[in-house]
Amino acid sequence: MDVTTARTTAQPSGARRTVVLEARALSKVYDMGEVQVRALRSVDLDLYAAELAVLLGASGSGKSTLLNIIGGLDRPSAGTLRYGDWDLSHADDKELTLYRREYVGFVFQLYNLIPSLTARENVSLVSEIARDPMRPEEALDLVGLAERFDHFPAQLSGGEQQRVAIARAIAKRPKILLCDEPTGALDAQTGKLVLRVLEQVNRETGTTTAIITHNVAIAGLGDRVIRMSSGEITEVAYNERRASLDEIEW
Amino acid sequence: MVRLADWRGLRSLDRKMLRELWRLRGQLLSIGLVVATAVMMLVTMRGTYEALFEGRAAYYRDYRLGDVWSSLEQAPESLRGRILRIPGVAAVETRVTTYATLDLPWLDAPGQGLFVSIPATRRADVDDIHVREGRYVRPGRATEVVVNENFFRANELAVGDTITAVLNGVRRSMRVVGSAISPTQSYAVPPGALYPDDERYGVFWMSREALGPALEAEDAFNEVALRLSRGANEAAVLRGLDRILDPYGGRGAYGRPDQLSWKILNDELSQNRSMGTAFPVVFLAVAAFLLNLVLSRLIATQRTEIGALKAMGYSNREIGLHFLSYSVVAVGLGTLLGALGGVWAGAAMVDLYDEYFNFPTLEHRMSWTLVLIGGGISLVAAVIGGSGAVRRATSLPPAEAMRPEPPDRFRPGWIERAGVGRLLSTGGRLILRNLERRPVRAAMSSLGVAFSVAILVIGLFMFDGMELMLDLQFQVAQREDLTVAFNRDLGASVRYDLARMPGVTRVEPFQMVPVRLQAGHRERELAITALDTDTRLRRIVSENGRIHPVPLEGLVLSSVLAHGLRIGRGDTVAVEALTGLRRTERVAVTDVVDDLLGVSAYMSTGALRRLTREGPRASGAYVLTDREHLVAVNEALKRAPAVASVASPATMLASFESQLEDSIFIAIFFIVGFASVISVAVIYNGTRIALSERGRELASLRVLGFTRGEVSTLLFGEQAVITVAAIPVGWVIGYALAYLLVNSLSSETYRIPLVVSAQTYFWTAAVTLVAATASALLVRRRLNRMDLIAVLKTRE
Repeated sequence: MDVTTARTTAQPSGARRTVVLEARALSKVYDMGEVQVRALRSVDLDLYAAELAVLLGASGSGKSTLLNIIGGLDRPSAGTLRYGDWDLSHADDKELTLYRREYVGFVFQLYNLIPSLTARENVSLVSEIARDPMRPEEALDLVGLAERFDHFPAQLSGGEQQRVAIARAIAKRPKILLCDEPTGALDAQTGKLVLRVLEQVNRETGTTTAIITHNVAIAGLGDRVIRMSSGEITEVAYNERRASLDEIEW
Repeated sequence: MVRLADWRGLRSLDRKMLRELWRLRGQLLSIGLVVATAVMMLVTMRGTYEALFEGRAAYYRDYRLGDVWSSLEQAPESLRGRILRIPGVAAVETRVTTYATLDLPWLDAPGQGLFVSIPATRRADVDDIHVREGRYVRPGRATEVVVNENFFRANELAVGDTITAVLNGVRRSMRVVGSAISPTQSYAVPPGALYPDDERYGVFWMSREALGPALEAEDAFNEVALRLSRGANEAAVLRGLDRILDPYGGRGAYGRPDQLSWKILNDELSQNRSMGTAFPVVFLAVAAFLLNLVLSRLIATQRTEIGALKAMGYSNREIGLHFLSYSVVAVGLGTLLGALGGVWAGAAMVDLYDEYFNFPTLEHRMSWTLVLIGGGISLVAAVIGGSGAVRRATSLPPAEAMRPEPPDRFRPGWIERAGVGRLLSTGGRLILRNLERRPVRAAMSSLGVAFSVAILVIGLFMFDGMELMLDLQFQVAQREDLTVAFNRDLGASVRYDLARMPGVTRVEPFQMVPVRLQAGHRERELAITALDTDTRLRRIVSENGRIHPVPLEGLVLSSVLAHGLRIGRGDTVAVEALTGLRRTERVAVTDVVDDLLGVSAYMSTGALRRLTREGPRASGAYVLTDREHLVAVNEALKRAPAVASVASPATMLASFESQLEDSIFIAIFFIVGFASVISVAVIYNGTRIALSERGRELASLRVLGFTRGEVSTLLFGEQAVITVAAIPVGWVIGYALAYLLVNSLSSETYRIPLVVSAQTYFWTAAVTLVAATASALLVRRRLNRMDLIAVLKTRE
C-alpha cells in the first residue's frame, strides 16, 4: 500500500499541508433493536500530517464513533475513508487489522492496559508486532516513566497508567495517534501531565494526533479545533498558536 | 506472579498467557480434573478390560481349555479311540470325577470337594492345571492332591498339610502337594448352589492312577473333555459324542457356552466391557460439555482485553490461538493427570481382578492409545467451546468489545410477571432476573450439575438393586436353614430319615434332572428343579417380589431362558430327559418368571415323575431346623455318606454382604469423588465467573452498606437455584442411564433390578449440595478479600 503519496490542501492561512487521512460523508447507524441510533451524519474530515487536532463535543455527539471509524476499530455505515491511496471504507477485517497494526496508535480513557503485564511488557506487546518500533524503554522514557518499567498496572497511579498507554501507542511510531478522552478519568493535575506528554510526543515525533474531549479548556492546545454535535461537525477553528498547558485552567 | 514468565525470550503475549493461566489456576485445574477423571476412567476401565481379555486368551491357550465336555455314568477307557475319531476332534482327555465330603475340623459345617483326576506322568492334553504353589502330583504317590487355590487360601492351607475326605464312602487322608488354578474351575460352585463357597467347597486334582481305583473305575472314565481342530463343526461333534456316550449314561455333551466357568468369565468380561465403555463415554461426554460451557464463559469475561489487543493490531488468529491456550492447558493438564491416575488405578484394578479372576498372567499395560483418545476428545471439545467464545469476542468491532458490556436490558421475566415476584425480596428478585436474563446459560450450568447427580445415581443405584436381589433370594425365595445335596438321587423315604433327625422341623425334598429343552431349532441344556406344589422353603420369586406357585402341570421358566428359546407362556417345548429312560415329551410353559439369578426351569415333582416315568426320587432337600439344633444337624449331615454337600443360605448371605460392603466402599469413594469433581467444576467456575462479571455491582452494594453475607447471598443464590434445579433433572437422567446400564449388564448369571431407593436419591442430592457449598466457600474467600475501591475504580 503506497501511503506516502499524500495530497496537499489549501489552509485558511494560505499554507499547504499534507492530508494523511481523508473522510467523506461518513455516517454510522447503530441498530439497537427497537430503535436506530444515527451516531454520525455525513461527516467530512481530513487529518493533516503532524497536526494536533482536538475534537470537541458533548457526550453523545458522535466524536468517539468518528474516532473509532478513522482508527479502523469500526466500519462506517456509509461514506468513504481513505488513508493515502488506501480505501478503508471497504477494507475487510484483515486489512483493518493491518492498518491498526502499522499506522494507528490508540489511547483510551480507561487505559485498557493488560493487567497481567508490566509497563514494559504492555509496551512490548505492541513493539513485538510492529515493523520499526522504538524499544519499549525508549517509549517509556519519552513519557517519563523510566523508573517504573517493571510495575504492573495495579501498582501504578491513573496518570502513570495513562502514560504507559501512551508509550504503548507511540512505540510503533504510528502515523496517527488517536486519543479518546485521555484525561477523562484523571484529576486536573494528572490530566495536564498526560496532555503535556501528548503535546510533546506530537511536537517531537511529528505524529498526527487527534484528541477527543468534552473539556473545552483543552481546545486551545490544538492546531485545530473540530466541534461536533449530534453526529455532525458544526465548526472547525484554527488556533493561531497552540496554547501552553500553563495557560489552561479547568 | 510466576517468575518463569520473566524468561527473556518470551513474547509479551506469551507472558500474559502464563500469568493468566496462573491467575486462573483454580478454574483451569477444576476443568482439568474433569478431563483427568474421564481419561482416567477410560484408561483404567477400558485398559482393565483389555488386560483381562488378553490374560484370558493366554490362559485358555496355554492350559489347553477344552471346547466340548460330557459327563456320563461310566465307560471303558477303550472308548477313547472312538471319540478321537469323531471328525474335528483334535485331542481327548478322559478322567474320573466325584464329589466327596471333606472333614474340615476348623469349620462348623461340613465341606465338600470335587475330585478330578489328572494324568500323573504327563500334563493333560485338555484342561491342564496351572500350579501356583508347591508342585504337580507325582506318579506312584496315591495320596497326593493339588487343591484349587481359592480353597487353599480360604482355609489357610500349606503345602504338606493333610486333608481328610470321604471318597466313595471311605475316609482317606490326603497330602496337599500344591495349589493350582484351572480354566474349567475358575468359578467353583458347589452343586445346587449359585455361588462359590471357597471355605467349604474345593476342587482336588488327584492322579488318575490313585482316583480311578478309589472310585472302582480303573480303566474307565466318567467325564471326557475334547479340544476341537480349527474350523470343526461343534454341533456335529456334540452329536457324535452323544451318540458314543449314550449307552454309557452320557449326560449330554456341551460346549463352552454351557461350561459354567467359561460362561461366568465370559459374562463378566462382557459386563466389564460394557462398564468399561459406558462409564468413560458418559464421563467424556460430560467433560466435553463442561469444557465447552466453562471455557466459553471464561473467555467471555476477557472481552475487553480482546478488544484492546485488536485495537493494537493483533489479528483474530493471534488472539484466538492465545485464548485457546487455556483450553489446551486445561486439557493437557487433565490428560496428564488422568494418564498418571490411570496407570495407578489400572494397576490397582488389575491387581484386584487378579485376585478375583486368578489368571496365570494378568498384566496391566499402559495404553497410550486410550490416553490419546481421551485427551483428543477432550481437546476437541475444549477447542470448540473456547473457539466459539473467542469468535464471539473477536467478531465484535474492537471499539465495542472494549466498552464494558452495556447494561443488560433487564425486565421482569415471566416468573415475576406470574406474580411470584411480589413474594420475593429485592435480593430474590435480583437473583431471579439474573437467571432469566441468561436462561440458556443457566440451563446449561444446571445440566452440568445434573450430570454429576446422574453419575451418582448410576454409581449408587446398583447397590439398591443388589440389596433387593439378595433380599428376594435369601428372605423370600430361599427360606431353608440348610440346603442338602445328595451324592446321587435317593428314594422318597429319605425325607422321613431327615425329618427324624432331632431339631429338624421341616423337610422339602427336591429333584434335579438334566434335560434338553428344544423349541424350534433352539435348544438348551439345563437341570429342571422339581419342587412340591406346596413348597414353602424354596419358592419361585420374580423381581417384583411376587411368589409364583409351582403348577401341577407344565413348566415355569426364567424369562431369560424363555427369551433365549423365543417362547412364552402358553407355548410348548420339547423336554428330553438326559437320564434314566431319556424320554422326550412336549410340555406346556405355564409361567414365565422375571427372576434375578441364574437360569431356572421348575416343575412339580408329580409332573416330573410323569415325564421321566420314574418313582419319587430326591436329589437333595431343603431343611428347616430349630435354632439350638442347627449346629448339631449340620454336624450329623456332614458325617452322612450319602450327603454330597450342605449349604447354609445364611452363611452365603453373610459372605455376600461382606463382599458387597467392601465393593460399596471402593465404589462410593470413586463415584462420589468423580461426581464432586464435576459439581465443583461447574459451580466453582460459575461463581468465579459471576464474581468477575458482577464484581462491580456487588462492590457497589457493599459500598451502599450491604453486609458480606447479603452480597454472598446474591452471588451464590443464583448458583443455589441452579444446583437445586439440577437435582431432579439429574435423577431423571440418572434413571435413564441406569436403565441402559441394567440392560447392558444383564446376564444369565444375574440381572440387576432397576430400583433406585429413596436413600440413593437422598445421598445423590446431599453429595451434590455439599460439593456446591464447598465450591461456594472457596469463592467466598475471594469475595471477602475484594477491595471495594479498586473494584469500583477499574472496570476489569
